[in-house]
Amino acid sequence: MELTAVLQAYPKEQTYLLEILLKYQASKPTHHLEEDELTAIADHLGLPASHVFSVVSFYSFFSMTPRGRYILQFCRDVPCHISDTFSVRETLETLLGIKTGETTEDGVFTLEYSSCLGACDLAPVLRVNDTLYHHLTVDKIKAILAEIRSGSDA
Amino acid sequence: MPTITINNLEVRADAGMTILEAARAHNFKIPTLCHYPDLDIKSDCRICVVELIGQKGLVTACSTPVYEGMAVKINSPRALNARKAITEMILANHDAECTACVRNMNCELQRLAESTGIVKNRFESILEVKPVDKSNPSLVRNSNRCIKCGRCIDACKTIQGIGVLDIAGRGHDSDVTTAFGKALADVFCTYCGQCSAVCPVGAIMEKDSTDVVWEAIDHPDKHVIVQVAPAIRVSLGEELGLALGSIVTGKIVAALKMLGFSKVFDTNFTADLTIIEEGHELINRMKNGGKLPLITSCCPGWVRYAEHQYPDLLDNLSTCKSPQQMFGALAKTYYAQRENLNPKDIFVVSIMPCTAKKYEASRPEMSYNGQDPDVDAVLTTRELAKMIKQMGIEFENLREQKFDKPDEVTTGAAAIFGATGGVMEAALRSVKEILDERPLEQLEFDRVRGYEGIREAEVTIKGETVKVAVAHTLSQAKKIADDIRLGTSPYAFIEVMACPGGCVGGGGQPYGTTHEKSRERIQTIYQVDRLMKVRKSHDNAAVANLYSNYLGEPSGKLAHTLLHTKYTPR
Repeated sequence: MELTAVLQAYPKEQTYLLEILLKYQASKPTHHLEEDELTAIADHLGLPASHVFSVVSFYSFFSMTPRGRYILQFCRDVPCHISDTFSVRETLETLLGIKTGETTEDGVFTLEYSSCLGACDLAPVLRVNDTLYHHLTVDKIKAILAEIRSGSDA
Repeated sequence: MPTITINNLEVRADAGMTILEAARAHNFKIPTLCHYPDLDIKSDCRICVVELIGQKGLVTACSTPVYEGMAVKINSPRALNARKAITEMILANHDAECTACVRNMNCELQRLAESTGIVKNRFESILEVKPVDKSNPSLVRNSNRCIKCGRCIDACKTIQGIGVLDIAGRGHDSDVTTAFGKALADVFCTYCGQCSAVCPVGAIMEKDSTDVVWEAIDHPDKHVIVQVAPAIRVSLGEELGLALGSIVTGKIVAALKMLGFSKVFDTNFTADLTIIEEGHELINRMKNGGKLPLITSCCPGWVRYAEHQYPDLLDNLSTCKSPQQMFGALAKTYYAQRENLNPKDIFVVSIMPCTAKKYEASRPEMSYNGQDPDVDAVLTTRELAKMIKQMGIEFENLREQKFDKPDEVTTGAAAIFGATGGVMEAALRSVKEILDERPLEQLEFDRVRGYEGIREAEVTIKGETVKVAVAHTLSQAKKIADDIRLGTSPYAFIEVMACPGGCVGGGGQPYGTTHEKSRERIQTIYQVDRLMKVRKSHDNAAVANLYSNYLGEPSGKLAHTLLHTKYTPR
């Protein structure tokens, strides 16, 4: 989807910034936003570019580097951290062969931290694109990855 | 009027006051850090926490309103411990090499650490050292010293309406930065320096020029001369222990001579010259159907703002150089010839209330030979104060001295340049009297004085009504410029100053400048004007001599070469 089309889909009001950013990022196969795009959005809404950068850098669901088709975000806030008996991060890093913040060479997986996902009672949790996986174990993580890999589009 | 209890004392407070305001009204000092009188209440730093009786957690005094029967303890052990711990945590993420910092002994964090009784920080440093941004001629940003109070963000966004800076990231990783972390030179920064004036620590400051000035003074072959801007004489005293609003013109001259400057001149002289040139420009434009409104161009922050945001309005800007640059141009030409000096041996220093003046002096077109700058170094009010302290001069006790000739002759019109509305008033005094061809009945133009963001006035000149306007701060200038762009601006002449209150509130003025202090300085400036024998720029005999002996006609060929400039869309 073209940026102009996304901008036209919303009223030209500063309060729509988040929705515009989310919608446009979701429309891009790389799931990321670039500097010139953010500057164009800022100009369109009459906001300082520093403000748009501030918003994008605050929320962990935005990225300014290209990402894979599946974005795995594990929560690093306190309840997930203390329920994590086996290290979600190390498990994912080992299974995927990448470090947190990186994307697999085939462009399928990106591994990231996330701030609280709002599911503390289900900790530890992992978000994969729009799906939340909870009560994680090593086997569960293996199963999640296998499921994605066997999927027709992976 | 609610009655509240502070510590064990019952006091009356005004409805709507915060705990901080009520406490200050009764001489209780609660320490603050992110709080600044003219900026939004942020309650970011939590330093002002106090104990509110009946409530479990501590509350921030800066943002909690008082109510009838409220009881607070400012200095309970809990509040004191919290303040100490917060200060220690801030220090743990701060480059605390105080002796290497320009704010040493003049730093709000340092004072706070002292008052909270920190001897040794219980927390280890978690500082991740980042590069220092020295990309531009005016400002240096050292984020290693930043304590993320957000004052600079507010000053740029709220006062100037620009928003060069914002918080990026979150939590412990957050940082005050520009869009995409770019250098200040690569974003839309006007170098006005309002951020540096409100910074409580040494995270944003003017680029230091004191070293090059000391070197020049010490150089055996350099003839080092200095000019002093109108706004310095009503503010420098504050930085050196004198009362707010002291007029220290003569002491400044004395101090500068002691520092080793060969000649000390008054920028007021070229302020008068600016009025003659700009006045004639206005008269010519009005007579010959030239581009109107004419907008003043003395303020380099405003000029850079216009070049960035309103490139289509650059023909509206007066082509006159600022008084600083007129002085520089004349120093390297007229003065060099008169004194039989090689212009390359003359080192011109300016004392300005402004950080953008450093940038202005570095503009390539501000050069008499296309190579060397007309003004070699610009010092802010703060830097001059620093040099005076370095030299160990007892400023208070100095005997007053006079500026060197020819600048000794200055006018009240030039003196008021430092106040918002001053350039306008000075111009009106001359333009009206010249065009009316009879003496002014009233010297003061009260309608353009004051502190409102935009002020307008109607002036009758030669039977015709001329509308003029004055704006201070760039957020107000934007309104005026937008109207011009839309074709709905009714004005013939507009004065714009980027800083609140005009140059008296400049980004290079003493730390702790507030609207209140700027207003005070403005009153002092009008007092300087009232005390002057000559109060109209065109009555300045020295300026008239300069035209007859050297420049020729106002707006003439040589005047244009030396005293006018051009602008570049950016």
